[in-house]
Amino acid sequence: MNAKDWKILLVDDEHEFITTLAERLELRGIAARVVFDGESALEAVAAAEPHVMVLDVLMPGIKGLEVLERIKRTNPKVQVLLLTGHGSTRDGIEGMRLGAFDYMMKPLNIDTLIEKMESAIDYAAKAAKASGPAGA
Amino acid sequence: MFKLKALLNHPLHELTSDVDEAVSPERYTLLRRKIIALMMAASLIPLSVMAVLNYFEHQSAMAREIQNPLRVLVNKTKNSFELFLAERSSTVSLIASAYTYAELADERKLARIFTVMKKEFEGFVDLGLIDERGTQVNYVGPYELRGKNYAEQRWFQEVRLKGKYVSDVFMGFRKFPHVIIAVQHMTEDGRTWILRATLDTRQFERIIASMSLEPDADAFLVNAQGLMQTSSNYYGKVLEKLSFPLPPQTFEPAVLTMTDPLGREVFLAYAYFPEADFALMAVKPRGSALKTWYTVRGDLLFIFVAGVAAVLFAAMRVTDALIRRMKEAEERRELALRQVEHSQKLSSIGRLAAGVAHEINNPLAIINEKTGLMQDIIAMQPDFPAREKIVAQVESVLRAVERCRGITHRMLGFARRMDVSIEELDLGELIAETAGFLSNEAMHRKVEVSLDLDPHLPRILSDRSQLQQVFLNLFNNALAAVADGGRITAAVRPVAGSGGEAVEVRVEDNGCGMSEETLKHVFEPFFTTKKGKGTGLGLSITYGIIKRLGGEIAVESTQGVGTTLTITLPRGQREALA
Repeated sequence: MNAKDWKILLVDDEHEFITTLAERLELRGIAARVVFDGESALEAVAAAEPHVMVLDVLMPGIKGLEVLERIKRTNPKVQVLLLTGHGSTRDGIEGMRLGAFDYMMKPLNIDTLIEKMESAIDYAAKAAKASGPAGA
Repeated sequence: MFKLKALLNHPLHELTSDVDEAVSPERYTLLRRKIIALMMAASLIPLSVMAVLNYFEHQSAMAREIQNPLRVLVNKTKNSFELFLAERSSTVSLIASAYTYAELADERKLARIFTVMKKEFEGFVDLGLIDERGTQVNYVGPYELRGKNYAEQRWFQEVRLKGKYVSDVFMGFRKFPHVIIAVQHMTEDGRTWILRATLDTRQFERIIASMSLEPDADAFLVNAQGLMQTSSNYYGKVLEKLSFPLPPQTFEPAVLTMTDPLGREVFLAYAYFPEADFALMAVKPRGSALKTWYTVRGDLLFIFVAGVAAVLFAAMRVTDALIRRMKEAEERRELALRQVEHSQKLSSIGRLAAGVAHEINNPLAIINEKTGLMQDIIAMQPDFPAREKIVAQVESVLRAVERCRGITHRMLGFARRMDVSIEELDLGELIAETAGFLSNEAMHRKVEVSLDLDPHLPRILSDRSQLQQVFLNLFNNALAAVADGGRITAAVRPVAGSGGEAVEVRVEDNGCGMSEETLKHVFEPFFTTKKGKGTGLGLSITYGIIKRLGGEIAVESTQGVGTTLTITLPRGQREALA
């Protein structure tokens, strides 16, 4: 899949950070929708399922791990990359146990992020292919 | 509490010595005294009561044991005296009854009778016939007493009244102590005469000698007026006044305790004669009488003193052992408490560090993204004004962001938010690899880094990356401490740890060393001697990691000589890692 066709959802309560990140992605031809809390994230996923959701762990309201858990129940194909600002691998590992594709620590390296997005999308595509005949 | 807080400001390696200060020696001294006193009281009160009761019981029994034989002896001797007097008295009575006055007045006949009397009974000195006017009409004996008149003498009056008379000891005409036995006889025609015999009191002495008393004991006869009837060793000669008051009259033998005129504590056994005016007395000093008792008392005292000493010894030994155990337990408790407090302190600081790192990471991420965006925009516009200068500034900001990121990650590492990944590893290999990271700097500064790896090192279960961080810290510190051309040695060897097999790593340098004050704070977070260069988290993080991995860390340092850090890691993993 071409990067232009990727559907990315960015979720973080740090407006400055997430909007700038979205802008940088856009400069690289990756369109990303931005929401600032967990509830909006759930609504956005319900409205239009993204390929990859970049989700901050620590947010006011619904926490990132809960959002992840709920999305994995309703939209299991969505690949989630967790963001953690407090550097705890514990949250990352817990997120992966809940179905996250990977986790990254702030501050981000954008190239690494895009690599992980690509890996996630590839993985999702392969997974869909693998489950296709079984589901048919 | 204040003390505890104060102690928390000390590093762990000092805790052992601090414990001695924390546990008040006075408290244990007082406790020791109390326990010993209680044990002594609990043991010695019954022992003393028993000893006292035993003492008096024994004393009383011994006194009875001594008094009874004395009483029996006095009774027996009194009986001997009474028998002696009764026999002689009966003999005189028999002769008076068996012979007529005329026969007794016959000199030859009286002499023959006296010879028979002397032959049959010892003690008779003479025999005389006295008429009713008191004139001795016939006499057989060693003196010339025929014709002597006794009418005015008391005994003559008494025998006239009572018919029979046994006198006290007296000198009389004979000038030696004697006793007379006189019997009055009345003929059918109403005529009276008296047969009178004299007894030698040496017989009394023989009877007393038969008592076989000890040399310091005494026995004698006294009369009712307290005049000595026989000689005494201590209390007077014959017919002298007894030197102490007469005891109460009793015909049954009695024993009493008194102080004699010589000042001796004595037992006095005595008995009055019912048929004569005598009392037999036997005196025995308590000292000699109670010699056996004194021996027993000495034994009892020795047993008591030995018992007290044994109880005291046992109480002291038991108390010392008890106090030692209490002290050890308290020391362990104090140490554990301080370790917990120390860990809590580190944990609190860790949580603070995590919070700070989180708060910093978010704005840092914004700076990073904004700067990144700037970089992106510049990159997309080749003719961007002052492009090179701005790119350099942006890159500088990004490097600063990266530095900050490193610091926050180290803070987070300190906060133990890094996962533990346990694997089987060769510690020697790990140390060699870690030392290799520093080889360029060591070579540049001509620092000799030598490894002493035991060839039989067991593989251990631990976290490779965290241990690498630990040893990197130690080597970095050692490199910072040594001067150019210095020496760093890392020795790894298997040891027996507290929980089983372990591996010990000693990193030793010949650098500047640390002062005692520095040593006190070396494991505390944010403590650094690298003014402006270090974060102060190195050894504190090292300490935290080693503790988490179930190991021990200790530091020894002498200023100007060098520093040795010793880490002991268990071969297996403990529950602490779970």
